[in-house]
Amino acid sequence: MTEPLLRVDDLHVTFGGQSQQVHAVRGVSYEVNRGEFLGIVGESGSGKSVSSTAVMGLLPSSAKVTGSIRYDGRELLDLDDKQLSRIRGSEIAMIFQDPLSALTPVYTIGQQIIEGLKLHDRSISNQAARARAVELLGVVGIPNPQRRVDSFPHEFSGGMRQRAMIAIAIANDPKLIIADEPTTALDVTIQAQILEVLQKAKEITGAAVVLITHDLGVVAGNADRVAVMYAGRIVEQAPVDQLFAAPAMPYTIGLLRSMPNMAAPREERLVPLEGRPPLLTQLPKGCPFADRCPAAFAACRGEEPALLPVAGDDGHVAACIRAEEIAAGRLRRPDIFPRPEEVEAVPVARVDSAPVVELRDVKRTFPVMKGTVFRRRIGTVKAVDGVSFSIGRGTTLGLVGESGSGKTTTILELMELAKAQHGSISINGVDTATLSQADRRKLRSEIQIVFQDPMASLDPRMSIQDIIAEPLTVTGAPKDEQVRKVARMLELVGLEPSFANRYPHQFSGGQRQRIGIARALIVEPKILVLDEPVSALDVSVQAGVLNLLEDLKARLGLSYLFVAHDLAVVRHIADDVAVMYLGRIVEYGPADLIFSDPRHPYTQALFSAVPVPDPQVERTRSRVLLQGDLPSPLDEITGCPFRSRCPLYKLLPEDRQRRCAEEDPAARTVHDREVRCHWAEEERFDVAV
Amino acid sequence: MSSIDPTTTTIETEADSASAPPDVRHGVLRRTFRAKRAWIGAIALALITLWAFVGPLLAPYNATDSDVLAFGAAPGGGHWFGTNDIGQDVYAQTLVGLQKSIIIGLIAGPLATLIAGFVGAIAGYFGGVADRVIVWVIDLLLVIPSFFILVLVSPIFKQLSWVALVVLISVFSWMIMARVVRGQTMSLRERDFVKAARYMGVKPLTIIRRHIIPNVASLLIIDATLGVGAAIIFESTLSYFGFGIQVPDVSLGSLLASYSNAAVTRPWLFALPAATLIATVLATSLLGDAFRDAIDPTSGANRD
Repeated sequence: MTEPLLRVDDLHVTFGGQSQQVHAVRGVSYEVNRGEFLGIVGESGSGKSVSSTAVMGLLPSSAKVTGSIRYDGRELLDLDDKQLSRIRGSEIAMIFQDPLSALTPVYTIGQQIIEGLKLHDRSISNQAARARAVELLGVVGIPNPQRRVDSFPHEFSGGMRQRAMIAIAIANDPKLIIADEPTTALDVTIQAQILEVLQKAKEITGAAVVLITHDLGVVAGNADRVAVMYAGRIVEQAPVDQLFAAPAMPYTIGLLRSMPNMAAPREERLVPLEGRPPLLTQLPKGCPFADRCPAAFAACRGEEPALLPVAGDDGHVAACIRAEEIAAGRLRRPDIFPRPEEVEAVPVARVDSAPVVELRDVKRTFPVMKGTVFRRRIGTVKAVDGVSFSIGRGTTLGLVGESGSGKTTTILELMELAKAQHGSISINGVDTATLSQADRRKLRSEIQIVFQDPMASLDPRMSIQDIIAEPLTVTGAPKDEQVRKVARMLELVGLEPSFANRYPHQFSGGQRQRIGIARALIVEPKILVLDEPVSALDVSVQAGVLNLLEDLKARLGLSYLFVAHDLAVVRHIADDVAVMYLGRIVEYGPADLIFSDPRHPYTQALFSAVPVPDPQVERTRSRVLLQGDLPSPLDEITGCPFRSRCPLYKLLPEDRQRRCAEEDPAARTVHDREVRCHWAEEERFDVAV
Repeated sequence: MSSIDPTTTTIETEADSASAPPDVRHGVLRRTFRAKRAWIGAIALALITLWAFVGPLLAPYNATDSDVLAFGAAPGGGHWFGTNDIGQDVYAQTLVGLQKSIIIGLIAGPLATLIAGFVGAIAGYFGGVADRVIVWVIDLLLVIPSFFILVLVSPIFKQLSWVALVVLISVFSWMIMARVVRGQTMSLRERDFVKAARYMGVKPLTIIRRHIIPNVASLLIIDATLGVGAAIIFESTLSYFGFGIQVPDVSLGSLLASYSNAAVTRPWLFALPAATLIATVLATSLLGDAFRDAIDPTSGANRD
């Protein structure tokens, strides 16, 4: 076919008035052929969402759009809203990031699918539309579609809502599906399911898919072709294998090298991609990446490089004046972004084996109450249900699990330094239940926390000096000592000491997270609790913060409790791993052991759900897909709590299944780690799909 | 060599971000005074205050002496606002009354806000029993008609000075703001920086002072400014009916009360003090409104 399905040509989108123009998209051109899967990758603010929203004609009226968007021979920019509405939903469908706000809460899922069907096909009868809605829900893998079609969006979990969104998107057999970060708000296990459904939807409808994401791992396994966006432009575009194997633009190279990889050995340090993207209000002359590019020379700053074909490769284009050198191998990729050297570890005396943190059978339940006048207890949420672990001096424990598994409750319980509801917590060998108010305050300087969202954890009204010095005010340190220590801390986390009198909003996400780390370290704690410290950061910034954490651990002999849902990050930083499911630890042991040979079916599924940024690996490896979602913590579960989703359970003979259903597996030591599964010793069943 | 791996060191690339306003409150002030209303309100308020306190020094007559040559004179000559039945200068009386009204407004408005801030923050931050008791008190005060309470207790504070009146006005006008502050505090409490402070071992009252109050400060500033006008009106209403300021003190309200029977026959006795009252309240409201628009971009004039 000569004419591609969608051709975007020199698209420019500008927001704002004369005084402050934001150039969100600057000359983007791409094509999508029929049935093709295009991945668009970029960091936040790179213009990837704006450019595809422009295709749908859904930009606010304040946006100035120029260029050309041709869909199936028609120019979309010339159409008015009414004409566009006929195309939207029937020929081009969109899947949004947040499935909760994309569905109307007052209508049932079925009504919303039927609405989509009837809008574009008036002749369809009510019965036929309903039958089709049920069929669609079945296609996207919603159990019991007959009954579920009458559910409201709030009765669905996040993953099911996203499935319903896909059902609405494919209702009219569209030719093009645009998915804008469809899995960003979801857990990895659910992400794997949704990507699977998206592939299935593509096969059924034969539609082309444009997948917009910040995660290179997600495109690696799914896309045919990948476009990388930076500062409002496409800087590189190539077939997926080509892009991952031989990237020609330094930004792509840096992005690929900065990603922690589940498959890579743990000793390898990450390569940080320093700096941040230019502000879209005032673009520098020349290549927008030049400031962050180690391979930049004077010519890079003169003129913005055009997107030109890279010699020898079909369909590979890159916007870099040194692309030829890189492609030909004269400029070696590892030389552009060399791996930083390891910082020598302070030898920690491993002889004192007493753990610095120890939790023993800690439980935390929340009552669920109903009624306003006569409040009665209608149930109990077991947020944490018997968690035990210990962290040795100078080691890192990675606590992983889906959202709702009780990770955060566990660390909040620890940070209270109070008597646990059940079980015991001890820090440096002291049981927290026995502490007096004054002792507790003293102990606070031993254990500090770094939060997930670096913006929310810094008081916007306080200067960096006051923020970092706040822990010192508890002990009443004199002012000049505070100033001195803050300067030292800023230097320690790699920031200028002169930043002390600025305010949080003047810093980028990565810098703010460094400030949060500096605040935690100022009282010289021995233990640092890290609650998803990098999940709110862009990939390129993430590597710098992770390296910093590793350096600090090595130099100061810190112990980390590292909570994360990103297994690649945990793989990179943790010595021990504890996998949580429904408030309990299902597998706990040395990280290398668990990552190389997971024994619990849940751990296996979790690992296999993590996308690997390598298309070859992605295509060949087998997957363990989990069924359904996390059960409600309100349910009373007998037997093994993981039974309902367990891929192994389905393969077991009936007598063994009975044991799973009746007996709750206790934690046992199998192959040098603790596992809660009756069948952990068995050689692995082939549960992979 | 730097103490740390140089590749992990970030350098601030944007030099000009240093010139950005360092303080959020500063930005609010600037945005406030971008509105013309704010300038009009502020200048008018400043002029009125200046007039109230400097004016009597420059006036030819004082407020209590009778001018035997002019009983019930119309404005003109030496008596700019005219005189009353016994020849007292209304201009001088208005200024003295204005002084008292402004002082009452300036104390009672912010005092109510202060109560609201602290009570609301404590209820929101501590929750539990403290919260329930405070909310109960707030609801009680809201359903009791405050005017009648003041009327009932007025015999008691008739013997006390006007300061008692200020306290009473504040006590009856903090409730709604306290509820707002309580709600804000409850959401701030869940923010990570408050949690972080808690885990550092910072004492609760310090957290309220350091993190909660500054983050609701913008609300409190608006409330205090609007509260000045409201307190002046409240005081005038009470005084008009004879429950507020007692002789020998005068306020705009008591002045209006004593001249209300002459409002038709000798309008200047009533109209000129009334105009002064309206101008004062209008000035504070203009300023308060501009503050609110600057802080909350979704309200009022900034909405499009």
